[in-house]
Amino acid sequence: MEHTLTTGAPAGHHPHSEKNYLNETTGIWSWMTTVDHKRIGLMYLVAVLTAFTIGGIFALLVRLALLNPQHTLFGKQWVTAEMYNRFFTLHGVVMVFLFIIPSIPGALANFVLPLMLGARDVAFPRLNLMSFYLWVIGAVMGITSMIVGAIDTGWTFYTPYSTAADGTVNLMVMAAFVLGFSSILTGLNFIATVHKLRAPGMGFFDMPLFIWAIYSTAIIQILATPVLAITLVLLAIERSFKIGIFDPAIGGDPVLFQHFFWFYSHPAVYIMILPGMAIISELIPTFCRKTIFGYRAIAYASVSLALVSFIVWGHHMFVSGQSQLASIVFSALTFLVAIPSGVKVFNWLTTMYKGNITFETPMIYALAFLFLFGIGGLTGIFFATLATDVHLTDTYFVVAHFHYVMMGSTAIAFFGGLHYWWPKMTGKMFNETWGRIGAFLVFIGFNVTFGSQFIMGAQGMPRRYFNYLDQYANIHMVSTVGSWILGLAFLIMAINLLASLKTGAKAPKNPWGGTTLEWETDSPPIMHNFHDQPVLEHEPYDYRHRTS
Amino acid sequence: MSSTTADLQHGHGHDPNAPESDPHFQHHFTTMEQQFDTSKIGMWLFLVTEVLTFGGLFAGFGLLQGKYPQEFIEAHEHLQRLAGAGNTVVLLFSSFTMVMAVLSAKSNQKEKTVRYLWMTVACALIFMCVKAYEYHHKFEEGLLPGLWYSHEGDLIKGSHGYASFFSFYFMMTGLHGLHVVIGAIMLSWLAIRANRGEFSSNYYTPIDLVGLFWHLVDLIWIYLFPLYYLIK
Repeated sequence: MEHTLTTGAPAGHHPHSEKNYLNETTGIWSWMTTVDHKRIGLMYLVAVLTAFTIGGIFALLVRLALLNPQHTLFGKQWVTAEMYNRFFTLHGVVMVFLFIIPSIPGALANFVLPLMLGARDVAFPRLNLMSFYLWVIGAVMGITSMIVGAIDTGWTFYTPYSTAADGTVNLMVMAAFVLGFSSILTGLNFIATVHKLRAPGMGFFDMPLFIWAIYSTAIIQILATPVLAITLVLLAIERSFKIGIFDPAIGGDPVLFQHFFWFYSHPAVYIMILPGMAIISELIPTFCRKTIFGYRAIAYASVSLALVSFIVWGHHMFVSGQSQLASIVFSALTFLVAIPSGVKVFNWLTTMYKGNITFETPMIYALAFLFLFGIGGLTGIFFATLATDVHLTDTYFVVAHFHYVMMGSTAIAFFGGLHYWWPKMTGKMFNETWGRIGAFLVFIGFNVTFGSQFIMGAQGMPRRYFNYLDQYANIHMVSTVGSWILGLAFLIMAINLLASLKTGAKAPKNPWGGTTLEWETDSPPIMHNFHDQPVLEHEPYDYRHRTS
Repeated sequence: MSSTTADLQHGHGHDPNAPESDPHFQHHFTTMEQQFDTSKIGMWLFLVTEVLTFGGLFAGFGLLQGKYPQEFIEAHEHLQRLAGAGNTVVLLFSSFTMVMAVLSAKSNQKEKTVRYLWMTVACALIFMCVKAYEYHHKFEEGLLPGLWYSHEGDLIKGSHGYASFFSFYFMMTGLHGLHVVIGAIMLSWLAIRANRGEFSSNYYTPIDLVGLFWHLVDLIWIYLFPLYYLIK
């Protein structure tokens, strides 16, 4: 095969660029046994996008089942309540454990973090590969248990239903256990890497803000995930040996499970959102060609979000029967979350002020994030407030709120980051027009799907219910149509990105004019990342020395 | 990497501090020292996850103790305090031999390193034997977790509290015992490698890291012992 990669490369392109991390070694075995963070990141990317597709299909099925109150399609009822329960459980479990949690850390940060630090790899390359395989094992276990055992507990596995339910709940919780370890190893690796492998001259406050947020995420992964692990083991033990821990019928305490579960799962919400914020802190300065406003404030906000996340779990339990005092304290503490979140949003907006803004595809995702995170964050305050929480708990308002944060913010930031680093990862430019159309349709489809759910939630439509009153028929239909727009948008995005691999133009080193170190190496990078050890010469996001 | 290339480089460069001269050096680091520090950070982070895993069990125990205070006090009288105290001494002593193993490796004393590592393994085995004896006694008396609880003569008839106590007793000491066994396996492997002369003052990372792990195993027992055997 002739290598014609250098043709058409821009001036200043490094002369020996035929060999890169993608073609340095070949064959499936060289990928399966690789310890290169870029290859592992790419494998993670394929894996999480597969999970996203599966979870997305089940989301479409959930919406289709709720298209009308009779659950009919072309005049025939096609879905039973039991199937519907399995659909939403599958959707929830796959999206939370297999997609959102590993998406940005596993796929994008794995690829970008060592490059941004000017390092040759993460601190523990073999552990990194092990973390990927744990993900695969966990995914296989989880999906097997859902297909064989038809689990309908929802992703929260609340006791006593989950201890009494039939099906392969044991296999499922063990899958989540294994996935938890995958997440822990990734976090551990990132913390060690950030501490010990920064380029010469790079202090903590010279790191890109992406790293600060990923570092904060890693702290949560290390501190919270073990508690989930032990909780799930206890659940499996209780189911297997009838030991009374959570089930009141045999002497346990069901609220204990909720405490344990949310002690992990509330911080886990920040495992999901912080990496999204990490990406936005990169996109905004790059596409505004302006130094980020309030660097230190954003860095501290990331760390404080990580810390605050550990003391607010009780706000998931206002109606669980915990004491009034606990509820009031948790409510007050929850309002603290608004402070670092607000600090970040205002700093991003201020960065844009008088910036030289251009609207490439990643920037459209970043703007969508700001809008949707604003809504998702502000509706969160409804749940921090005790009285409105009791009114809105277990309605579609909750569903809409957390989708605005999980999908509207994290997933959209993920796709923004994917487009942003796509040229770096693959060495190809995607079609900008179709990229923008995709991004725009994602935004429209998302708001139609979930904006309508705020309305039906406020009107009293309970979440997870299969049957509903006729008065909600129209709004449910709007939401389902929105899910089709969203599906179409993702189809366009997938085709556009895949097509770029075949027909895309060769990507230059720095297609967007970014200032961080990953843009100083080739696209795609060589096996050892940099030809020479990079040395940091200016602060991150310093556009003063740029003429473009 | 093959040691021959490393030897060649060593002979060529005459620089004992050049990291390439060590076969254990990984090339994404700049110095051996950086590699050692990084490994150590990794181990400490792993220990944090261990503490939190056990922390979940301690919290669960505390909550159920609050629910069944009388039963828990009565149940803990069934534990053999002398065996527990003996095991505490054994583990504390093993922490001492572990420290000595690390120090010996650091100062290139191969024979001593091997000896102290095997002594630590012996302590682990003694601990597990005593634990097995204690478990045997519980099995005989029917002091078992959950539905298997069949002890007779409890003061509060029909309470789940006794079974809960022993559920947590077996889960926590069982998980701790598992750590002791894993630790003993790793220590034996280290002793064999040390005997082959694989460690020196330049590279003793595995002994140092397993040492950290072993101290944590010891420390967890220091908390388990009073919690179960002593506190009323």
